[in-house]
Amino acid sequence: MIVQAFAFYLFAGILILSALMVITARNPVHSVLFLILAFFNAAGIFVLLGAEFLAMILIIVHVGAVTVLFLFVVMMLDVDFSTLRKRSVSYIFPSIILGGILLFELVIIYTYWYMAPEALTNIAQDQSAFEGLSNTQALGMVLYTDYVFAFQMAGLILLVAMIGVTVLTLRKRPDIHKQRLHDQYLRKPSDVLEITRVTPKTGV
Amino acid sequence: MSSDLIGMEHYLILAAILFTIGVFGIFLNRKNVIVILMSIELMLLAVNINFVTFSSYLNDLTGQIFVMFILTVAAAEAAVGLAILVVFFRNKDSIAVEDISDLKG
Repeated sequence: MIVQAFAFYLFAGILILSALMVITARNPVHSVLFLILAFFNAAGIFVLLGAEFLAMILIIVHVGAVTVLFLFVVMMLDVDFSTLRKRSVSYIFPSIILGGILLFELVIIYTYWYMAPEALTNIAQDQSAFEGLSNTQALGMVLYTDYVFAFQMAGLILLVAMIGVTVLTLRKRPDIHKQRLHDQYLRKPSDVLEITRVTPKTGV
Repeated sequence: MSSDLIGMEHYLILAAILFTIGVFGIFLNRKNVIVILMSIELMLLAVNINFVTFSSYLNDLTGQIFVMFILTVAAAEAAVGLAILVVFFRNKDSIAVEDISDLKG
């Protein structure tokens, strides 16, 4: 019990601190690194809640792919970030008020909120039906049966995103000469060769 | 699963604080598109924590299934957003938000 509470406050504290560092860090590379720390601590929170598979997915997919993609873009683009920050100080006061109101309302909702007793019986995938199975196995039993259509759709979304991203960033650079195999194969001797009859002492 | 010390409200308020930090980050860095995308990631993470909390305390696996789809869409969204950013930077040599409004038509 005590260990669980200690672990929760440790993960939650580091998660909130690193999230604050993400939005306040001067250097975007530091922001990305703190985002990675935030995802690791969120994975710890997921483990505390008994969702080990999602914790693993969060680290592998989000830390391993998404934040590294952010890191690539931040380092690849040669942006002068100091100019982007200059005039944003004037927005701090109204945004603190707005954020404070949002947080206040959310905390009020969560502290004065209780679960309706009918809601407890309204369960789609009861976890007790998978007693003895690990979290990963139970998720697989549900995902590949009841949610297989949504699963295929998620794959389709990723395919469309992949094709879209490739099409967006593909470009032909006029200053760089590349070998174009297709053009080479389609080239005929008649396009480039010309046989002329040269009479002596006149030149071509 | 649920302990007496750490109730459901603790996780929900943690997610609320994280979501507010994400919203605050958008206001604070409203010139820098990269940090705005990172703030969106933080907000999606807060939503995921909410889903997993309810899934865990209600003993219902649907919430965790939903989180997987949110992670999928978040990954696709980040990839497309960053690709648009790279193309924009090639054309304008800047990633400031106010320059993006120059793109008309």
